[in-house]
Amino acid sequence: MTKIVKRACAGTIESSDVYVELEPNEKGIDIQIESVVLNQFGDLIRRVVVEMLELFEVDNAKVKIVDRGALDCVIRARVETAIKRGEGR
Amino acid sequence: MNNKIVRTLREAIELSGLKDGMTVSFHHHLRNGDYILNMVMEEVAAMNIKGLTVNASSLFDTHLPLIEHARNHVVRKIQTDYMSGAIGRLISQGVMEEQVEFRTHGGRPSAIELGITPIDVAFIAAPASDSMGNCTGKYGKSACGSLGYAFPDAMNAKKVIVITDNLMSYPLPDWSIPETYVDYVVEVDAIGNPSGIVSGTTKITRDPIGLIMARDAARVIQHSGLLKDGFSFQTGAGGASLAAAKFLKDIMLKEKIKGSFGLGGITGYMVDMLNAGCFESLLDVQCFDLDAVESIRSNPRHQEISATHYASPSARSAVVDCLDVVILGATEIDTGFNVNVHTDSNGYIMGGSGGHSDTAAEAKLSMIIAPLSRARLPIVTEQVTCISTPGKDIDVLVTQKGIAVNPRNKELGQRLKEAGLPVVDICELKKIAEGMTGVPRKLKKGGRPVAKVIYRDETLLDTIYSVPDTL
Amino acid sequence: MRRSMLFLPGNTPNIIINGDALGADAVILDLEDAVSPSEKDAARILVRNAIQIMKFENCEVIVRINSLDSEYWKSDLDEIVPLKPDLIMPPKICCAADVQGIDSYISELESKFGLENNTVKVIPLIETALGVENAFQIATASSRVSALFLGGEDLTADLRCKRTKEGNEIDYARKRLVCAARAAGIDVYDTPFTDVNDDEWIYTDAEYAKSLGFTGKSSISPRHVAAINEVFSPSQKDIDYAYEVMEAIRTAKEQGRGAIALHGKMIDAPIVARAKQTIAMAEELSLMGGGRNE
Repeated sequence: MTKIVKRACAGTIESSDVYVELEPNEKGIDIQIESVVLNQFGDLIRRVVVEMLELFEVDNAKVKIVDRGALDCVIRARVETAIKRGEGR
Repeated sequence: MNNKIVRTLREAIELSGLKDGMTVSFHHHLRNGDYILNMVMEEVAAMNIKGLTVNASSLFDTHLPLIEHARNHVVRKIQTDYMSGAIGRLISQGVMEEQVEFRTHGGRPSAIELGITPIDVAFIAAPASDSMGNCTGKYGKSACGSLGYAFPDAMNAKKVIVITDNLMSYPLPDWSIPETYVDYVVEVDAIGNPSGIVSGTTKITRDPIGLIMARDAARVIQHSGLLKDGFSFQTGAGGASLAAAKFLKDIMLKEKIKGSFGLGGITGYMVDMLNAGCFESLLDVQCFDLDAVESIRSNPRHQEISATHYASPSARSAVVDCLDVVILGATEIDTGFNVNVHTDSNGYIMGGSGGHSDTAAEAKLSMIIAPLSRARLPIVTEQVTCISTPGKDIDVLVTQKGIAVNPRNKELGQRLKEAGLPVVDICELKKIAEGMTGVPRKLKKGGRPVAKVIYRDETLLDTIYSVPDTL
Repeated sequence: MRRSMLFLPGNTPNIIINGDALGADAVILDLEDAVSPSEKDAARILVRNAIQIMKFENCEVIVRINSLDSEYWKSDLDEIVPLKPDLIMPPKICCAADVQGIDSYISELESKFGLENNTVKVIPLIETALGVENAFQIATASSRVSALFLGGEDLTADLRCKRTKEGNEIDYARKRLVCAARAAGIDVYDTPFTDVNDDEWIYTDAEYAKSLGFTGKSSISPRHVAAINEVFSPSQKDIDYAYEVMEAIRTAKEQGRGAIALHGKMIDAPIVARAKQTIAMAEELSLMGGGRNE
């Protein structure tokens, strides 16, 4: 299980990138998504974020996503980076 | 009378007899630097005139006050060939009661001439005019070059008012629109902002993907069988389209091909091609940059043409009828090769056909250059959000990951394959794009129709619906 | 084919996702100079995902890791080697021991992740005076070494001179590296031409590199890739000549002749070898549907 102990961010708001911000949370997972392709890919983006949190066994986190059309593999990379930056040992 | 000069714009409007419910018209040669449309509409609003139809060949962000006039019922209906994003967005949100009528640069003059969209008062912004209304776009501090789109207005409107910031003595040397069509002339301080008049879209792209597509586009033309002496060509003003012109020029010079004419939408790149001997002449319906303005002014081989001459389907003939190759853009293209240039992928209006449908319909080879996807949105879709140009008129799509040829054009497909070009089925391109981006969710259409897409023959090609507030 | 190599900054998704469409024969995903220290972790993960997910069809994938004197190089290899990139490019390689250090760590990882030994090759980046002097040593330090790569910018800093467009100051280094690489039987790549606004001089620079015997050339600007490909592709003349050579050999064999002459020149083994390479390249190019002087 990975515990997010501090605020961590990864990625940028440049085109085709995604800015990910993680913060500690008491009660479970709370994901907020802003995206330039929200209508077309909002569901897919959410699914990918949830998958990554599950993969790293993060049960409690506040997640903010500002997406600029990032592909799946980029979203995964940025979420993973944020998790690793925010985790407590 | 020995001059038609009226002291104020208001006076001119009063003399023209403009009343509620009439139609006024404007050309768009001053582009985003135009002051005239706003100036006239402000005056009209102050005069308490209501319910007008505005027939403007194109609308830019600077014309945003038009929406306010619509809210105040000064304007009832808009007819145009192109609408930029800021205005388009509001239209898509349903701000107008009546649907916008989108036509094309060839369809607009045709409809005016056939009496389908009659004009009561035409306002002609003119960079130079004499006291009797002989006017041109070639000189003056606000010079814009060709006044192509203004001709049908001048020649068919019931009343014509020329507005200039450069009154010259009679008779004007080298006029474009003769005084025989003009009722009144008004002098103002400035008809527009010079830096907004000539567009910033005339640098060739430095984007490496754009350059790769441009190079492939030039190769498609090279192997199409059309690139020989007498060749004619038109390209868009977007970065990759212009870059294709540059690569084409290199090929034409190397193979010593002498073309007949370049058409458009003229930029400095086309002028370079003319001066390098690639073409005998340029036929110019609109100047995009200062190089084009300078050239049309000084080179007799660079000729101004009216919108009717350019592309009207009801003229006895138009230049597009003789066009070999045209390079165009697209926001979307579907597996049937239908192209959307009116809306973005969310359905917001941010464009219009311009000359898209006209050139695609008549050119022997109509080519779309577009990247496979733009910020996670694939260019190739199942079905376009709006049909701007029907698939039967599009021959080939050039992307950075392959070239799709319309199955209707078997000969072209054969030639390009033999030349070793990366020809790919359009459905395959869609798969490749979606393989990277994922499959986008299909969007729901909003409830209200907000605009009609009227094809050059006056048939209804498509209807654009509002974009729901919460999607 | 190894005509062109293009550097792509490892932390910029926009550029990486289009990497294989830029026409380069190889892309170098850069974790070193293009990435700031605070983003090394992010770049590593992004590049790992990119290699895994994006097919990078028709180009070799090279990853430039951080240098041996940094704290990052081992993490870079930990993350990247399992994905089997074609080559690893370690910067600032000065001697054989440097190469051997990287070699053994990669071997450990290959073993750990069940990869066959020697799967991942290495292309040492030589950009110091010591590295240049030790070029042959480096080239033969391990069977993993697949090519040498010259880094002109950092080299001139080490040489204490200015990097110029004409490149006189790196001439010795260029020639030495070509010699060392060929002596070791491996490929060798020239340094990038770094004036991204000069789309003309790249031809001169690339022609010069070709004339010295370089296999190909790297670039930091996508716009230079086409020029490099053009210069390092055989021209129609070269191809025609190569076919003539092979035809002359075949005829001579049939007629039982020993010494063969073509256009007044003796055809010996090196000429035949070069002709075979040219034909191989021409065939690969025609499969790709492109080439020089189209």
